[in-house]
Amino acid sequence: MKQVRIGAAQGFYGDIIEPALDLAEKSDVQYLCFDCLAELTLAILQKDRQRDPSLGYTKDIAITARTLLPYVRRKGIKLITNAGGLNPEGARREMIRIAQEMGIKGLRIAIATGDDILDRLDELQAAGVDLSDRETGRPLAAIRDRLLFANAYLGAQPIVECLRQGADVVITGRTTDTAQFLAPLIYEFGWWADDWDRLAQGLVLGHLMECSGQVTGGNFSGDWWNVPDLDRIGYPLAEVNEDGSFVLTKAPGTGGRVSVDTVREQFLYEIHDPATYITPDAVADLTAVRIEQAGPDRVRVSGAKGRPAPPTLKVVMGYRNGFMGSGMIGFAWPKALTKARRAAGIIRRQLDRMGVRYEEFWVDYLGVNALHGPAAPIPDEDKVNEVFLRVSIRTQDREQAARLGRLFPPLVLNGPPGVAMMPFAAHTRELIGLWTALIPRELVEERVRVSVEEVA
Amino acid sequence: MAKVQLKDVVLARSGDKGDTCDISVFAPNEAVYEHLKRVLTPEVVKAHFGPWVQGEVECFEVPNVLALKFLCHGALGGGASSSLRLDNLGKCFGSNLMRLEIDLPDHLLNQLHAGGEDR
Repeated sequence: MKQVRIGAAQGFYGDIIEPALDLAEKSDVQYLCFDCLAELTLAILQKDRQRDPSLGYTKDIAITARTLLPYVRRKGIKLITNAGGLNPEGARREMIRIAQEMGIKGLRIAIATGDDILDRLDELQAAGVDLSDRETGRPLAAIRDRLLFANAYLGAQPIVECLRQGADVVITGRTTDTAQFLAPLIYEFGWWADDWDRLAQGLVLGHLMECSGQVTGGNFSGDWWNVPDLDRIGYPLAEVNEDGSFVLTKAPGTGGRVSVDTVREQFLYEIHDPATYITPDAVADLTAVRIEQAGPDRVRVSGAKGRPAPPTLKVVMGYRNGFMGSGMIGFAWPKALTKARRAAGIIRRQLDRMGVRYEEFWVDYLGVNALHGPAAPIPDEDKVNEVFLRVSIRTQDREQAARLGRLFPPLVLNGPPGVAMMPFAAHTRELIGLWTALIPRELVEERVRVSVEEVA
Repeated sequence: MAKVQLKDVVLARSGDKGDTCDISVFAPNEAVYEHLKRVLTPEVVKAHFGPWVQGEVECFEVPNVLALKFLCHGALGGGASSSLRLDNLGKCFGSNLMRLEIDLPDHLLNQLHAGGEDR
């Protein structure tokens, strides 16, 4: 009986490469799949592209290429990545350049484009598409001149087409987190586009794998202290059957853990209604899925139910949304928390006296309640050894935000006693607002293009 | 009946989408799951977080993995990329919820201990 083996190589832009190398070296994986694009990543890539039009893809594709292309050549492993971001063509150029440098010829590198609709917004609105924000109902005009990017989430089909055209490597822009993982299953097993239950199983697989180590023992809330060797954690490897059921495991000799508990924690991660997990490829019902231990570090997953894919695609746009300035300073026992509170008051009065225009003033006491907020009980102050004060403000322009940070160094001399500053503890950054809309899928899909280029 | 913190009973993982934080809570067995469905209501969860959850809390039951899924709206200070919060991705909401104290009948508590839970 045919089996397809899929490995997870990257869970975000900046993830480590060693676990993917472990899979390539020590397992019989056939496809290594990457999810490089969090919601915010395109904002980072847009800033790169504005500085240099040849950029706009995740730059660690160079590391991916140098590390894994030898295995594409030697073992026939295929790579599927959305590292293309806003510039799949540029990402392909970079990968071809590196392949040539390494003397690896004949590889077929495919790209899929058409997700980037930033230049089509007027045309789409003229065609009657409502691009108001789904969360707030505000019309697009409110932020139109501040837009940084606008991309529709594509599903697995463009990737399947690349594989059918013989691609060894597939590079896309914005796709769903699950598309890279589902596509090889559709291609290998020849699943029909309306085989909803199997597609739903593939979506569950993709969802479990797209955050790499989060399903193999990372970020695990149970007995995490017993999870072995997180320093060389193995990323997930799925052995998939034709009916879509699969066993989730990891490369031999790696750290981490694959258990019903590590898998079920990831199973619902960042999912909203578990009965209605909506993607461009199918709508999956996760409440029908069975998760069972099938051996040490082996978990069997089966039973997902699917419903027809929706007639719309989700679009996410990012817009400039003001600035954040922040600064940090530490205070030592005794009365560390009282000192930090007093310092926050000093900063606020100085800001107001300087006439800094801010819309929000936010205070955290690191070591006390920065991560848990008002639900965290305030400890007996005599037992608190140190507290770091972090102050943040929200402003409309960068200069106003930057003025906050400059108030911190003088506190060392002018404020409460027993102080330590961290280097680079003050910083200013642009805030990015996210805007979501739904768009009839045919308006996007009619522009989706795939192309294959061979490394000469 | 005993008072226990959720950290001694459940697994929990949280994440973000826009300004909504989602928290999954997993029971160790069916009996505890049935009990959690009664005591861990959206109202209780919302009250626990106080002003950090500005909007409504929704709950979905996911019995095949003995889970309750809570969606906390307006919980991240405007959403990851617009938030002044340190935990702008909502990853600490799960551990935060584990502070919550619930009533647990003795026979359920004894089952947990018999199961060799070591937290």
